[in-house]
Amino acid sequence: MQQSNTYIIVYSAVLTIILGLLLSGSAQVLGPWQQEAIALDKKKQILGAVINAEEIAAMTPEQVNEFYAARISSTVVDITGKEITEGGVSAEKVEIAKDYKKPADQRLYPVFIYHAEGNPEDVESYIFPLYGAGLWDAIWGYLSLETDMNTIGGITLAHAAETPGLGARITESEVQARYVGKKIFDESGALMAVQMQKGEGKDYSSDPHKVDGMSGATITGNGVNNMLKAYMGHYEAYIKAKSSQKAVAGL
Amino acid sequence: MSAETLEKALVKPAEPLLSKRRKKLITDPLIDDNPVTVQVLGICSSLAVTTQMQPTLVMAISVIFVVALSNFVISLMRNTIPSRVRIIVQLAVVATLVTIVSEILKAFAYDMYKELSVFIGLIITNCIVMGRLEAFAMGNKPYDSMLDGLGSALGYSWIILTVAFFRELWGSGSVFGIPVFDYISGLFGDDFNLAKNGLMVTPVGAFIILGLIVWVQRTKTGYVEH
Repeated sequence: MQQSNTYIIVYSAVLTIILGLLLSGSAQVLGPWQQEAIALDKKKQILGAVINAEEIAAMTPEQVNEFYAARISSTVVDITGKEITEGGVSAEKVEIAKDYKKPADQRLYPVFIYHAEGNPEDVESYIFPLYGAGLWDAIWGYLSLETDMNTIGGITLAHAAETPGLGARITESEVQARYVGKKIFDESGALMAVQMQKGEGKDYSSDPHKVDGMSGATITGNGVNNMLKAYMGHYEAYIKAKSSQKAVAGL
Repeated sequence: MSAETLEKALVKPAEPLLSKRRKKLITDPLIDDNPVTVQVLGICSSLAVTTQMQPTLVMAISVIFVVALSNFVISLMRNTIPSRVRIIVQLAVVATLVTIVSEILKAFAYDMYKELSVFIGLIITNCIVMGRLEAFAMGNKPYDSMLDGLGSALGYSWIILTVAFFRELWGSGSVFGIPVFDYISGLFGDDFNLAKNGLMVTPVGAFIILGLIVWVQRTKTGYVEH
């Protein structure tokens, strides 16, 4: 009886239904916690571009939410650097990963602004999201520029599936610290971004556009380079507009 | 059931929860029949996840959970599973368990989930899981099967944790993220520096450590492959 085709088909069907219910059930039950974890993680990443990782790690989830609400304001711009205000778009709701599939000139570009406590006018740095491809899957991150709109104040990098111990090292603060103080424009104002080099252990402190690489993770490093270059390009209009505003204000 | 067999069943004393035979189910795979060093299964993940202690520990716990539970579930179902589709049935159960583990990690240990996501998914294809299901759970009672799964998973766990210990120590100079090398260097003054070995961070390092473990173990137990 157990070998009959009918038994096998019915057995497989029932098993599929039971396991399917189990899976969708667990996804349903755990869903809210997962959403919370993802939202919190996003805030931590954004903050990671302006304050150091140990400080964030020491905060409780409530403190992260509070700090974020008090210090970060946000706006959404298009590729020409113009702010988008209609349609009720909010920077936190923009899904970079989904937008990434659209052509660059149709995407929404959120900008997160880190300011002094209680005073949104007093900007300390601008934070830009990044998104691209690593070796196995997507990589993304947030880059903060100081108010000269050229010097990198900090960067956080994250990944979906890079190799632990190799490409996954982009999440380590030691690797991310290599970007601090580097410049994205050269003296003539052309976009250079910052290129992670092949090999590890060399000193690039004198070159404002190069950082030390990760041994064994050159392809992930290239992914980070392409991502940086592409997104700084997308934000270039906004960045230039902000820095010329500053120059005018300074006169 | 006839009265005679019923009586027999009553007379036969219940086997203690951890009888000698059952203890052997757990202890055998630790050394003498270790899934990694003797059966040479699950090599792929022991090379891949073992660069650091912490993700390795999470991986070990996940494997223990999946192997023990899938052995238990499959053993419960063993008399109903049609033999022609048994591998698919086993895979479906294992895949479900692995997905649940991954969802739980995503909800409560998001950082770990980010780090381990690929490898958790790959537990499905870990030969130890399918191997124990085919070799043991399909023909034994649920409780015994669970112990067997527990034993095999523990055998796997201590090996990958050992490998990870040496790889993290020599490759990154730390254990569980604690910079041991820096502390040791600090004891001897500023000029003293312990070099880290980049080879240990790559899978090659895992091969070397694993090879050494196999060597030491086989010297001790006298195991010879035929």
